[in-house]
Amino acid sequence: MIELCITVNGIEQRREVEDRTLLVEFLRDHCHLTGTNIGCDTTQCGCCTVHVDGRAIKSCTVLAAQVDGSEVVTIEGLGQPENLHPMQKAFRHHHALQCGYCTSGMIMQGVDIVRRGRACDEATIRHELEGNFCRCTGYQGIVDAISDVARNAPESCAADRGRT
Amino acid sequence: MSVPDFAYRRPATLAEALDLLASDPEARALAGGQTLIPALKQRMSRPAMLVDLRSVPEMRGIDVTPERVSIGAMTPHVATATDPRIRAAIPALSAMASHISHPQVRNLGTMGGSISNNDPAADYPAALLGLGAEIETTRRRIPAGEFFLGLFTTALEPGELVLRIHFPRPENCGYIKFANPASGYVTAGAFVARGPAGIRVAINGAGPVVFRFSEAEARLSGDFSTAALDGLTLPAAGLNSDIHASAAYRAQLAVVGTRRALAIALAELPEQIKESA
Repeated sequence: MIELCITVNGIEQRREVEDRTLLVEFLRDHCHLTGTNIGCDTTQCGCCTVHVDGRAIKSCTVLAAQVDGSEVVTIEGLGQPENLHPMQKAFRHHHALQCGYCTSGMIMQGVDIVRRGRACDEATIRHELEGNFCRCTGYQGIVDAISDVARNAPESCAADRGRT
Repeated sequence: MSVPDFAYRRPATLAEALDLLASDPEARALAGGQTLIPALKQRMSRPAMLVDLRSVPEMRGIDVTPERVSIGAMTPHVATATDPRIRAAIPALSAMASHISHPQVRNLGTMGGSISNNDPAADYPAALLGLGAEIETTRRRIPAGEFFLGLFTTALEPGELVLRIHFPRPENCGYIKFANPASGYVTAGAFVARGPAGIRVAINGAGPVVFRFSEAEARLSGDFSTAALDGLTLPAAGLNSDIHASAAYRAQLAVVGTRRALAIALAELPEQIKESA
């Protein structure tokens, strides 16, 4: 067992967990934040994308122990139902989701893409989305949503909101 | 829990890391984990202890001088891709790093981890061999040509770790890969460079381990132009063959890749470094 202290959405989460605990397991099973999904569990689909110290990573492919002391932001920390993040609003507006399973990962990655200034054109957005799979939408709405936020609300992605 | 149990350690010093690795024959070093953690899930690796190298100072940082670029083993791909000094000194290396896997993996995966694993479909071995890089380990300095020995096999001995990779700055360099559209792994790639290590062409993905394309090098030594490569072929014997690509197809991709990488090196082609194959 190992004692970890990870700041999740602005709140310190101090937990004693097994050394082998993956970050996604820490978030879902120990912090009960189930907005982050496990899709393929093989580093391909991107459903489990969260931000660690401001960078998008796949939480199924990092040990919770590796990010001990870091700041993690999940979809729950980005916006709330009554106060959606502009990326969440844009996904709704552009019909960028159908079943919704990939959506939290897509939104976290979308914010990361805009933050790094990589939403400059459609081809670049698609290249940046290589690690996120959607099996419903055909991606066009997702690309449109990210492009919309980059044009109209890029400052919303500059730093994670919800960190207090 | 999707991975089997092990003890996790994060030593703060190199000495402590080496002691931990020596203390248990079933201990393994953990770099970015982007290959190792999937391997743990598949039970391909069952270490008793993982020694996380992220806090070891000797493995961090990027140094650029007029002669060389030195990259710490724990440098993530994203840093290699975006560091403006690397981009200016060795543009093909930063272009390569910006096309490894996908963004989330580039934020965690490291150069030291990738070359120590030596997957035949990895990118960096082509850059190291093509540029004539030197691998500084905890025991010695190893030229790239003596480092990549075979399929997932390097010259590293048990308990020996990569500290830094030293690249001489080339005059020209270019890299292109033909990647499997589903997995992103390299079906065949070519790195062409002219610099302190001479004129080199390194081919990755096509064989069990990265190798130098000697006929292409010989032709380019006389005439560093795409015309010198007219009629060039690569024997398919010994190249990889699987459901994605036959050995003959990989040989052809290596030849086409050499041509395009040279065109990038000569700035005759924009940096479209990745295509599907």
